[in-house]
Amino acid sequence: MVRIKKESPDRPDNTAFTQQRLPAWQPILSAGIVIPGFVLIGLAFIGVGVGLFITSRDIQVLEIDYTGTDQTSDCNKCTNPNTKNCVCTLSFNIDTLFKGPVFFYYGLTNYFQNHRRYGVSRDYKQLYGDLANFKDPSTDCAPYRLDSRNNPIVPCGSVANSLFNDTFKLYQIVNGQRNVVPFDGKGIAWWTDYNVKFKNPDVTPLQNAFNGTVKPLFWTKAVYELDFSDPSNNGFINQDFLVWMRRAALPNFRKLYRRIAEENYTNGLPAGNYSLEISYNYPVLSFNGRKKVVFSNVSWMGGKNDFLGIAYLVIGSLCVVMSVVMLIVYAKFKFPEDD
Amino acid sequence: MTWRSPLALVRDALQGQRAREKELRSLTSNLPHEGQGRGTQPNRFFSSNAIKTTKYSLLFFIPMNLFEQFHRLANIYFVGLAILNFIPVVNAFQPEVALIPICVILSLTALKDAWEDFRRYQSDRRVNNMPCFIYSRKQKRFVERRWKDVRVGDFVKVVCNEIVPADLLLLYSSEPNGVCHIETANLDGETNLKQRTVVSGVCTTDRGFEPESFNSTVVCEKPNNNLNHFKCFVEKPNKEKLGAGIESLLLRGCTVRNTGHAVGFVVYAGHETKSMLNNGGSRSKRSKLERKLNIDVFFCVILLFTMCLVGSVGHYMWLESRTGSPPYLLPDSRSNSLASFHMFFTMIILLQILIPISLYLSIELVKIGQIFFIVNDIDLYDEETDSCMQCRALNITEDLGQIDYVFSDKTGTLTENKMVFRRCTIMGTEFPHKENAIRLAVLDEPESEEEIIFNQRPHSSQTAWSFEGEDAGPMDMHRRGQKKSKVVGTARSDVAFSSPLETEVVPDQNLVRQISRAESRGGSQRTDPYLDFFLALTICNTVVVSRATARRQRAGLSPCSSQTNNSFEALSDLVKKASLLIQRKSSRFRAQSQGPVIDSVRMESPADTNGLSPSVRPTAPAGSENLYYEAESPDEAALVHAARAYGFVLLARTPKNVSVRLPSGQVLDFEVLDVLTFDSNRKRMSVLVRHPITKECVLYTKGADFAIMELLGTPYAENLSKSHKNIASDTQRHLDGYAKEGFRTLCIAKKVVSEDEYRRWLVSRKSAQAAIEQKEQLIMDTAVQMETNLTLLGATGIEDRLQENVPDTTVALREAGIHVWVLTGDKLETAVNIGYACRLLEDEDLLISMSCKNKVTCTSSLDCNLEEMRRYSENPQNVGTIPNISLVIDGHTLAMVLSPDLQDRFVDLAKRCRTVLCCRMTPLQKSAVVKLVRDKLKVMTLAVGDGANDVNMIQAADVGVGISGQEGMQAVMASDFAISRFKHLKKLLLVHGHWCYTRLANMIIYFFYKNVAYVNLLFWYQFFCGFTGTAMIDYWLMIFFNLFFTSTPPIMFGIFDKDVSAEVLLGVPELYRTGQGKGEYNFLTFWISILDAFYQSLVGFFIPYWVYKDSDVDIFTFGTPLNTISLFTMLLHLSIEIKSWTVVHWIIMLGSVGLYFGVTLAYSAICVNCNPPSNAYWVLQSQMGDPMFYLVCTISTLVALLPRYTFHVLKNSISPSPLLQGRELDRMDPSTRDQWIREWRGFRGGGGGQVKRYQLSPPPSPTQETPVDFRPEFLNSAEATSDDFSLNVTTQRPVYT
Repeated sequence: MVRIKKESPDRPDNTAFTQQRLPAWQPILSAGIVIPGFVLIGLAFIGVGVGLFITSRDIQVLEIDYTGTDQTSDCNKCTNPNTKNCVCTLSFNIDTLFKGPVFFYYGLTNYFQNHRRYGVSRDYKQLYGDLANFKDPSTDCAPYRLDSRNNPIVPCGSVANSLFNDTFKLYQIVNGQRNVVPFDGKGIAWWTDYNVKFKNPDVTPLQNAFNGTVKPLFWTKAVYELDFSDPSNNGFINQDFLVWMRRAALPNFRKLYRRIAEENYTNGLPAGNYSLEISYNYPVLSFNGRKKVVFSNVSWMGGKNDFLGIAYLVIGSLCVVMSVVMLIVYAKFKFPEDD
Repeated sequence: MTWRSPLALVRDALQGQRAREKELRSLTSNLPHEGQGRGTQPNRFFSSNAIKTTKYSLLFFIPMNLFEQFHRLANIYFVGLAILNFIPVVNAFQPEVALIPICVILSLTALKDAWEDFRRYQSDRRVNNMPCFIYSRKQKRFVERRWKDVRVGDFVKVVCNEIVPADLLLLYSSEPNGVCHIETANLDGETNLKQRTVVSGVCTTDRGFEPESFNSTVVCEKPNNNLNHFKCFVEKPNKEKLGAGIESLLLRGCTVRNTGHAVGFVVYAGHETKSMLNNGGSRSKRSKLERKLNIDVFFCVILLFTMCLVGSVGHYMWLESRTGSPPYLLPDSRSNSLASFHMFFTMIILLQILIPISLYLSIELVKIGQIFFIVNDIDLYDEETDSCMQCRALNITEDLGQIDYVFSDKTGTLTENKMVFRRCTIMGTEFPHKENAIRLAVLDEPESEEEIIFNQRPHSSQTAWSFEGEDAGPMDMHRRGQKKSKVVGTARSDVAFSSPLETEVVPDQNLVRQISRAESRGGSQRTDPYLDFFLALTICNTVVVSRATARRQRAGLSPCSSQTNNSFEALSDLVKKASLLIQRKSSRFRAQSQGPVIDSVRMESPADTNGLSPSVRPTAPAGSENLYYEAESPDEAALVHAARAYGFVLLARTPKNVSVRLPSGQVLDFEVLDVLTFDSNRKRMSVLVRHPITKECVLYTKGADFAIMELLGTPYAENLSKSHKNIASDTQRHLDGYAKEGFRTLCIAKKVVSEDEYRRWLVSRKSAQAAIEQKEQLIMDTAVQMETNLTLLGATGIEDRLQENVPDTTVALREAGIHVWVLTGDKLETAVNIGYACRLLEDEDLLISMSCKNKVTCTSSLDCNLEEMRRYSENPQNVGTIPNISLVIDGHTLAMVLSPDLQDRFVDLAKRCRTVLCCRMTPLQKSAVVKLVRDKLKVMTLAVGDGANDVNMIQAADVGVGISGQEGMQAVMASDFAISRFKHLKKLLLVHGHWCYTRLANMIIYFFYKNVAYVNLLFWYQFFCGFTGTAMIDYWLMIFFNLFFTSTPPIMFGIFDKDVSAEVLLGVPELYRTGQGKGEYNFLTFWISILDAFYQSLVGFFIPYWVYKDSDVDIFTFGTPLNTISLFTMLLHLSIEIKSWTVVHWIIMLGSVGLYFGVTLAYSAICVNCNPPSNAYWVLQSQMGDPMFYLVCTISTLVALLPRYTFHVLKNSISPSPLLQGRELDRMDPSTRDQWIREWRGFRGGGGGQVKRYQLSPPPSPTQETPVDFRPEFLNSAEATSDDFSLNVTTQRPVYT
């Protein structure tokens, strides 16, 4: 190939960049330099750790297993899969005031909502209110896409199908009287799920949109029947449904069921005896799962978690110890430049 | 286009194929067929002149490029995975998502390829559209066309300074004698003019050339890529055959110079031209690092399979433990084992990035960056030749940092290949030229100021005259050009033949007296050995006399033909042109054909064609001082300059005539009867002249001492009869002395040929020249026939000066742990002396000299030396020290030790030696030695050379370095890196090599770490999701994470990181050793980083796990802190590794963090339902509103990095590595730094062992100018052991002047 000669000489540019002489910061990690850093980090961590630990210790948690494996439990009667519409009652008592707002969770163990194929099995468009996907749900939903008569299932898919359907009622026993503790079911799901991600089809009445579709196989009532009383909590934007649809990360999880922050209970649950009436529907014993309810109040750091506080304390202390080690090392092996 | 039957087309294609494949092609003029259809064109089968170097066409770019890219195994792997993902039972992601990474990688590579191809296309188009003149029959003249229109069989006219569009058979030239000069710089980088002559007998008219009358057939061979060979004959209608060779071929790409215009017949066009056939692709080598890298990729594959197996087995066990039918388990017709089997593949897809997909692309990008910085290093730029460093191989930069052995050529590599006349001996009397030596010593004094008045083209020459035995290769290359520089004080900028260093010789007063005595005795009337000696120096060569103005004109672009009236100018120019007839390479073909024409009158020919423009020519007075000598070999020029210093001035040279001015002022015109050119078999050349006064035929011969000594007949009879016996032996003694001093020696002899003898010889000579078969052999035989019974006149010693800073460089390389071997064609003594001069050999060294006649002695000497060596190293006193033993071996012995049964022993011996000098090597032996060391010792080798004879060795070595110096471009063409001076090797290896290696090694380690750490997060999660292949990080973010968020920092790290500054690396060459052998990228560092990755991923997964355990966290909310933690862990991990932070580092690191948050936030905000099943909507936003997020990220990142950080700190404090100490030096101010370097090295040198007894001055630094102390120092160990080496061991003392 013919090269066209350049007129200008090929002398490279003598710039800091091309000659790799850009001003540079060249930190050298040695004991002497890092001691202050270690001390600072250590102290800061200990401080944070103490704060976290105290906060976490102040959080009250009450966990009650109601699976019913225990013979003495009232729910034991419901463990028989043939029992329909079983209701059992759990009694417990609270010694001191359970500071409010109290969050009421249900918990499942050994339940793999993070199973990959389980998670895939849903149709976002359908849940977004797209009527086309009512007629023809996404293939992702298989095998919960069509029922045996080829009617489309709405909401389709495995996640929706396995919706947790135990319901709870809490009573405070005051002088033998059962006072209903009011539950607040608003805003327990993510705001974005409720307002953006999930939408009911723009059809009134809502159930008309579901003509020609069938409810999920495991369900006893259709999605538009989840909460007849409140149209803003019905259909796909039903809070319980939303909470369920947000898959848990780990096989032992809890999900927010209700908040207790109303009427006489704005300050929390006063000390006393309580009775929890459970409509026991969801089978877990077959796969060695557990069900439980959890009362917890929350702080800025969320639920109770001692681990983080302890971790901060341990690491903080470790850093302080390290700084002492560094000091020894520094004294012993002074780097020449420090002479 | 007219329609033609398909049958005809097929037939045509077949015919074309046959015509192209034929060994001989018959070409006829296109002119009779001009304007007719293509089918009737006689030369239609041969390729047209339009070139296409693009790899791809617009239409087929995508398929072709993909095909190209799939040659890379990694790409196939990833495509395979992507396809796997389309199989429903095993898919892990949405199938389309899995395609993204491979598509991005493929399209980035394709983009790069497309851009490169587009540049080729543009260049092709530019070339194809260059104008040229093609003869048109219709218009009866040459019309302007484009290059692409040129076809085989056309007549093309080229004018001065125009580039030849195709390979043309030269039929006509406007110059007398039918000569056309071309410059082949575009082909081989040689800037000298080459001469081409028209095919004799074709153009018979005087009125210029008429293409239409050309009715002959040109028969030429099939196209080949040999630039120096061409076979062809022109068959006239009367069946007369006119032979033609390369001397009549104008090659495409050459530039026509000094010729008004020329007309040629196109024999090859386009891709069939020699220059295009020579256009090989760029070299592709695999570096050592990459070979290791592939092993580690293999480890990664094993790791991946293990992890997938764990996932598969885990899934099976998980499924088995599922009793009942949990609602989260989809009904599945597959058995558990089948599902687990499928899960294996799902896991492969999920964990695929364990095999770093972007690593290969990143390495390529890093290397581009590294090369950019190497090429742009101003320290590797040579002012004189205006040449930068060239990186010809793009993928072995890091090999430069791992070199163990350097094999160096001597002439032109260690030395300047610029010859300086030092001494001579005449008639057995030595003239030491002390004054000259003093002058040279003064010139050697280093002085910083130098002044280059003006630069022109590099001027260099070739050592056709060297007696190195190196001339076997195509050495008939040389360069000419001119560069004139005024040099004050230093030898640095002296350029070939025009620097005072070489041109000025201070005469030896004794010799001057001898000459004046001889002149006064009878002047030129009588023959006197002294006068003869200098006449021989002046005449017996092929030096061309020229003037600065003439040469400047050639370099410039002045018009080629114009009139001049200045007779002297005209003369000298004419002389120059005429002399071109016999010069250089063409001399081998042609010089003999110049029959003797008796004309001893000085030429006063009208200067109508000399090509000098009056505007360019200065009106300088014409004097002998304006003469410039251009020689094929620097030796010749040195001799001519030496003779000139004694008053014997070569005034002019034509093929038939040589003018010499004697000290008395008298001008003698010698008629040149014949020139017996140099060849490497005879090792001598002769010129046969007729003495203008005595009318005798005199043969002057010069050549290698052994080539001359055996041809001596009667000694010089006339004057010195009493001592004639001793002349030869005295001269030989002097010659041995010269050789010991490292001079190149030449013997000068003379013979007076009687008229009868000459006539008889002439007959055989002519018949030899007329011969067709074995012409060259016959011509050589006649030369041998003539060169008998010579009379020895004397001998000369010429010094080939070392290049600047060579000793410094070799010492630095040695301290860097690199063994430097010199492989030279020179004599043993010369090589040894060069060895001392460039400090390869030290005074106290033991020198094992192996020069054996037969294999038996060779074997015994090898065994004996080896035994001594072993005994030495087994001696407890010497543990850990390497004796300063050097081996010198000659080519003959080497041939024996290279035999399979001895080579192991030789290698064993050689590796114990500090340096090895191999002398009298053939190019093939050079490469054999390199290969032997490379393969037997499993070391990294580098070969550096400048000449064609080094090409083999350059190609054999792991890294080939060419020096673009005095001997053409072949070495450079074959090399991976081209530098212009040997000293550049120091910075290239010690600084750039080290940097490139550490950068790339650390980057690759980091890359593996990064991928393993990230993939492990996914892997740990599998334990909590039933090994079902769930990813807790959104797929897109996962892909972005690898492709965008964390890909730039390691690339930047690989390009910009600077562990130790260049000054310290140069000052402390020992730092280079960190890269040798296993280097920083080895088994240990790889696995440590993999373990670290495991640890970090465990921390990064389980701290969030413990925090979020039993909470209501959802998958992606859980994944977000994990992703963020790994981002910060990886970036901060890199920050620990980064040794120097420039603004680029800050921008990229902070940019990566910004990009992560920016893209993730934007993605989380925009993507509501865009890619099921992932669900990242508003996840990061909600997390960032949660203080826990920050707390978790902080502690996890800190805990993840704490061990590495602490390890670094403790290691740096307790046992700092040499590199760290180097970095400490960086922080000092220069003066204390130098102090430190000195002390440190003194310490290391004394105790460290390998650089034992290093007592040189400290390495050069800007602040120091300590003179180098060369006094020999004998050390005890050397003396103590020297007695043991009784056989073949000589202790050499350096001879330094």
